[in-house]
Amino acid sequence: MASQQELQVQQKREVEKKQETTVPSRAFLPMTDIFETDQALTVVLEMPGVSKDNVDISVENDILTIEGWIDYSKYEGLQPVYTEYNVGHYVRSFQISSKIEQSGISAELKDGVMTLVLPKAETAKLRKIKLS
Amino acid sequence: MMTNFSDPFETLFAIQRALDARIASDWMGSRTTGIGSFPPINIFQQNDDFVAIVELPGVDKNDLEIEVKENTIRISGHKTIKYEDGASIHRRERVWGVFDRTLSVPIQINPDAVKAEYRDGVLALFIPRAESDKPRTIKIT
Repeated sequence: MASQQELQVQQKREVEKKQETTVPSRAFLPMTDIFETDQALTVVLEMPGVSKDNVDISVENDILTIEGWIDYSKYEGLQPVYTEYNVGHYVRSFQISSKIEQSGISAELKDGVMTLVLPKAETAKLRKIKLS
Repeated sequence: MMTNFSDPFETLFAIQRALDARIASDWMGSRTTGIGSFPPINIFQQNDDFVAIVELPGVDKNDLEIEVKENTIRISGHKTIKYEDGASIHRRERVWGVFDRTLSVPIQINPDAVKAEYRDGVLALFIPRAESDKPRTIKIT
């Protein structure tokens, strides 16, 4: 599979803003994997360079928004001489269905990878019916 | 009214010059053993030295190897993604697998002073210039 082929780098996709901002800033979409089990929906986002203090996760009107900010102070005094990728903040939103138990959403951030577990509401879980 | 004559081949020559310059430059030379373009690397200059910043989210330090030789640095390892058995996948955007990439810099490196730091999914390599590579001022008597 991927071990035989060369891994391709994806260029970061910039977020298209619906509103103009007063402060210039660029935001990119973090690469995301979404998978589902019987118990929950798991969303994994890659936000390299973002630490725990610079994260904001919120749910409003069934929309889950994840924001991660880069600490630009680390780049002070550095002159770019060869660049391959963009550096910027991360933002991504998802619409979550009513099947998710919003109060039970948990999040973990490690090595730039954020894992969000969205548990399914009891009524949405798979229930097997036994024959009597 | 000024009429501007545009050379129809100008765009083509500009592209060719840019490509030649890229190949002729010392950056990321073809004399490397690495393959592929993953992970992405940005290189910065800090005074006399260089700093390479590589995006490698979700990699275990044990799965990452860094080697220095002459003026090249090799970053190799593998990135794994685990998800639960029986999960149904709705979206797959993350890249995973084996990577092996070598970057060459146009200066002589002091290999003993190369430092690597991995934090929040970002690998920062501090590449100091060798003393022998630094210019020495000569006094005139």
